[in-house]
Amino acid sequence: MSTANPREANAELVARFPEIHPPFDKVSAVTEANRCLYCFDAPCTAACPTHIDVPRFIKKIAQGNLRGSALTILDANILGASCSRVCPVDVLCEGACVYHRYNKQPIEIGRLQRHAMDAFYSNGASLPAKSGEKRNGRVACIGAGPASLSFAAELRQCGYSITVFEGKPLPGGLNTYGVAEYKLRSSDSLHEIELIRTLGVEFHFGNAISSEPSLASLEKEFDFIFLGIGLGAMRTLDIPGGNHPGVMDALKFIEGYKIGGNLEVGRRVAVVGAGNTAIDAARAAVRLGAEEVQILYRRGEKNMSAFLFEYEHATQEGVRFEWWTRPVAICEAPDRSKVEGIECIRVRADSCGVLSDIPGSEYKIPCDMVIPAIGQTPLLEFLQSCRGVKIDDGRVVVDRATGQTSNPKYFAGGDCVNGGREVVDAVADGKRTALAVAKLLEKAHA
Amino acid sequence: MPEQKPDPDISVRFAGKIFSPNPFWLASAPPTNCGEQVMRAFDAGWGGAVWKTIGDPIVNVSSRYSSVDWNGQRMMGLNNIELITDRPLDLNLREIAEVKKRYPKHAVIASLMVESKREAWHKIVQQSEDAGADGLELNFGCPHGMSERGMGSAVGQVPEYTEMITSWVKEKARTPVLVKLTPNISDIRVVARAAKRGGADGLSAINTINSITGIDLDTFIPRPNVDGKSTHGGYCGPAVKPIALNMVHQVQSDPEAQLPLSGIGGISDWRDAVEFLLLGCSNVQVCTAAMHYGYRIVEDMIDGLTNWMREKGFARISDFQGLTVSRVQEWKHLNLNYKIVARIHEEKCIGCELCYTACWDGAHQCIHMDRVGSNNGQHPTPAMREAASRQSISVTPIPKLDLNASGNGEEPYPTPLARIPQIDESECVGCNLCFLVCPVEGCITMERVDKNLPPQSWEQRTGGAATPGRNCD
Repeated sequence: MSTANPREANAELVARFPEIHPPFDKVSAVTEANRCLYCFDAPCTAACPTHIDVPRFIKKIAQGNLRGSALTILDANILGASCSRVCPVDVLCEGACVYHRYNKQPIEIGRLQRHAMDAFYSNGASLPAKSGEKRNGRVACIGAGPASLSFAAELRQCGYSITVFEGKPLPGGLNTYGVAEYKLRSSDSLHEIELIRTLGVEFHFGNAISSEPSLASLEKEFDFIFLGIGLGAMRTLDIPGGNHPGVMDALKFIEGYKIGGNLEVGRRVAVVGAGNTAIDAARAAVRLGAEEVQILYRRGEKNMSAFLFEYEHATQEGVRFEWWTRPVAICEAPDRSKVEGIECIRVRADSCGVLSDIPGSEYKIPCDMVIPAIGQTPLLEFLQSCRGVKIDDGRVVVDRATGQTSNPKYFAGGDCVNGGREVVDAVADGKRTALAVAKLLEKAHA
Repeated sequence: MPEQKPDPDISVRFAGKIFSPNPFWLASAPPTNCGEQVMRAFDAGWGGAVWKTIGDPIVNVSSRYSSVDWNGQRMMGLNNIELITDRPLDLNLREIAEVKKRYPKHAVIASLMVESKREAWHKIVQQSEDAGADGLELNFGCPHGMSERGMGSAVGQVPEYTEMITSWVKEKARTPVLVKLTPNISDIRVVARAAKRGGADGLSAINTINSITGIDLDTFIPRPNVDGKSTHGGYCGPAVKPIALNMVHQVQSDPEAQLPLSGIGGISDWRDAVEFLLLGCSNVQVCTAAMHYGYRIVEDMIDGLTNWMREKGFARISDFQGLTVSRVQEWKHLNLNYKIVARIHEEKCIGCELCYTACWDGAHQCIHMDRVGSNNGQHPTPAMREAASRQSISVTPIPKLDLNASGNGEEPYPTPLARIPQIDESECVGCNLCFLVCPVEGCITMERVDKNLPPQSWEQRTGGAATPGRNCD
């Protein structure tokens, strides 16, 4: 396998993962932009967690002011380019479009946003200085995912010094490592983050803050610390054989093909779980050449956490769904060299939704690769070591308006706070928190 | 079986003399440049054609046209700097003769423009009629190029010239003479009266409007670009229709100007045509729409007009010609006691709030967003509402994570109540703006609310004074 340069699009990946929402050409973009009603206090803007002024940026596209359009987007959402590709627009801006109530197609806001952002990045990607002032005040971010990036960009633009510490070798978190390639290419994510670096945000890679002393030294050096640490590793399949090398969790699998240059996949693949990441993994397996891909879920279609449009796309691509089934063991070859299948049992739910096995319904699904995609576990241990940062139900507890944790020196946003939502939610958390921190810094260094 | 009524008769006889099988003529312009074109146009269904203006030899420039696009639609307005025909006069006359021979039942009108000499006009009138033209249209309207040489609108802008040349033509002409009026004048009636005094049998209105359509923002050169320079041209197309309708009405409602009128100006479909006919035109002329889409558009003009006439019970064009003329009055005759207000039909509202922002910024601040929440008697301003939205915290809905989220509660309409505007009828002046901006048909209606007071106009109320005076409320 080639060792791909993640900063450049990989030709084989591009061929296997054509974009699901190809870009508009100029004429189509203007035509689509002209359909926008230019609602006042628009529902699409309200539905966007970062409150991008959607009608404003669309109007600017219609009127040939692409730079103004891009800056309108970036002003609200510094990751406007990746959000335009990965946002579940059906349940956000486009889902809120008033055209749904008028028997018309909603405006293709995501693709229009991408149109403006593509123009911005292909024209040098220069942001106007928000403030020339350099202010006293230093803040650290732990993790270089969307929440930290948004937080860092906003605060940096207010004039403060920001240092981001990331354990992995590349920035971007799931944007770089975990989003299905047909939605967002790693190279595009990294391109976008370059903009934030040029603002003057400092990055330290391979530097996971994971010990009490490292935290203590951060506390000493920085005024405030932002936790943008995401959810951590995925849950493992806690069944016999669950640690066999033929069992690879969905995020590792996705990272492997996106960044690691590993385009190998089993012939028959079973994905466990029915969330959006499970679907990303299943569709990737199809594109990488698996002949048979199944998704196993212990509940029914109505209970899956994947968005409906993700489910529909997956079925269109040939992914089969096995509902009401629970894996009980991984079947290995006698010499343990490979996975041969997955042992399952049928389950049912009682009126309260409590699941129970159906005795005698055991069956085996032949497969040579198992991809568990059963949610990520929060980095509990680490968070508990942060003195006084309150955790509830595996999430960092914050004041919603400011992002401040129960320890006033610590702020947090993104998946570690919201339990695992979308990139745009992380960006919104980061920005909101940055504005609150900026106020505190101003006071502290007045 | 119900008795099948005969199809309405849409043929017209302009000025009592020029017959055409329908009221749709092609205006004097590029679509009528040569005989081959005119014959194809007649085959497509056009009832008549006013030939591209013939006269003394000229030379044209390239480029010649420019347009105004609007909201993604091409050619809302078209501008040209083309002069009259650049083909030899003999050739045009031969082709007129040939067309008339092969299409005896279609109207062929010769559009004429020569220098302001009696002999020159006599000569071209003779030549055109000898070729078989059914009528003559005097081009006193062309606003560019020719006007600099004392022709076209240079004539049409001076009533005395218009009257004089019309009378020269009438000395010679045996066929009906139409004078084509320029809109580039402060009162079109003055020239129309002059044409009538000169003996014109009919009028055509309007010719194109002086225009500069736009400027290239990279080169700073206006369009159309002729080697780095441009010139003002003649504007036409859908954008000019309202201006044309008003001028047509001005002429038709003035007894000293009133003549059979061929309506021109932005007519693109049968509905536009009906509007010109309702304001008294005898027929209509079309150019831009045919330049945009080709001769084929006449099919639906005929079809749509016929269907509309059948639906309304009109057997012939004259049954409705001019019906609207008396409905346009001077402002002072309008009923001050007529009162309407806007009503929002909540079940149709889609929540775009365009009426709200329009009323606040463009009208009388009487549409409010206050169905939900208390406002302490104060209506929130648009800025306050936007600020509140920006402060709100929204998240991506994820069913698994949102198990405890509260539902939306009961909403009586498809659109959340908080996004459905409300009209303050006591403040509403009935201006129509909200109704105009609302994208949904039937969502905002204007309803009559006056108390059936007897009509009273400004003139009646003040006796014609400029101000209400002391005795008025």
